Amino acid sequence: MARAVVTLPAQAKRGEIIEIKTLAQHAMETGFRRTQTGDLIPRDIIRRFTCIYNGTEVYRVDLHPAIAANPLIAFNTVATESGTLTFQWVGDNGYTVTEIASIRVE
Amino acid sequence: MITRREFLVLTAASVAVPAAVNAQVDPNLAANRKAAFQSALLKLVGDAKVQRGRVKLQLPPLIDNGNSVPLSVAVESPMTDADHVKAIHVLTEKNPLPDVVSVRLSPRAGRASLATRVRLADTQTVTAIAQMSDGSFWSDSAEVVVTLSACLEEGLI
Repeated sequence: MARAVVTLPAQAKRGEIIEIKTLAQHAMETGFRRTQTGDLIPRDIIRRFTCIYNGTEVYRVDLHPAIAANPLIAFNTVATESGTLTFQWVGDNGYTVTEIASIRVE
Repeated sequence: MITRREFLVLTAASVAVPAAVNAQVDPNLAANRKAAFQSALLKLVGDAKVQRGRVKLQLPPLIDNGNSVPLSVAVESPMTDADHVKAIHVLTEKNPLPDVVSVRLSPRAGRASLATRVRLADTQTVTAIAQMSDGSFWSDSAEVVVTLSACLEEGLI
């Protein structure tokens, strides 16, 4: 079962820059490794990560095989209003994980 | 029943063949990767001039294990509608693929930053490029020494 963890403050002041840390569970198979018999192991990576704040995309990352296994992505965003943040990871072989977190802005 | 001598001859033969294959792959590898890096750079910036500064790329200078290297990029920018960072790209010179990560940003990010963990194949130069809303490009690079490569089976020297 694919899983992901998101860390962000539960509440913030309006206009404050908050830090968000995300971690997805994924092997990020590069497509360059071989088995002991010499067969190429096919690529299986997370290709895109997006953070959507109340319907507006605030951060988007395109990942390549050079990202380490269990990709960590830490970034900032402005706490504009109370609501939900949707985090989505999309990858090869139909990998899709969505996490939803809520924030209270005063 | 196989004798010890026959066994040794057979083993030696099977070991020698992959070594010969590697020897054939190697000579153009460095040149190919350099060309791949240049074409990836061209695809990102086109014919625009890339200036040094405003971008801060942080990587440990000495890396024991290339499989997981903490990397962070921060770009100096007011992040207003008129002046903000549109994208951040990270490229390597000697990885099998030059692209590492690309980030799309808007003023909503507040601060143009990224922290992640990457794989590095060899001792090399890592480059971070930021694209500003006015169309200018800024960059920073870091020299890293990798003792254990992330791609041992590639036969990279």
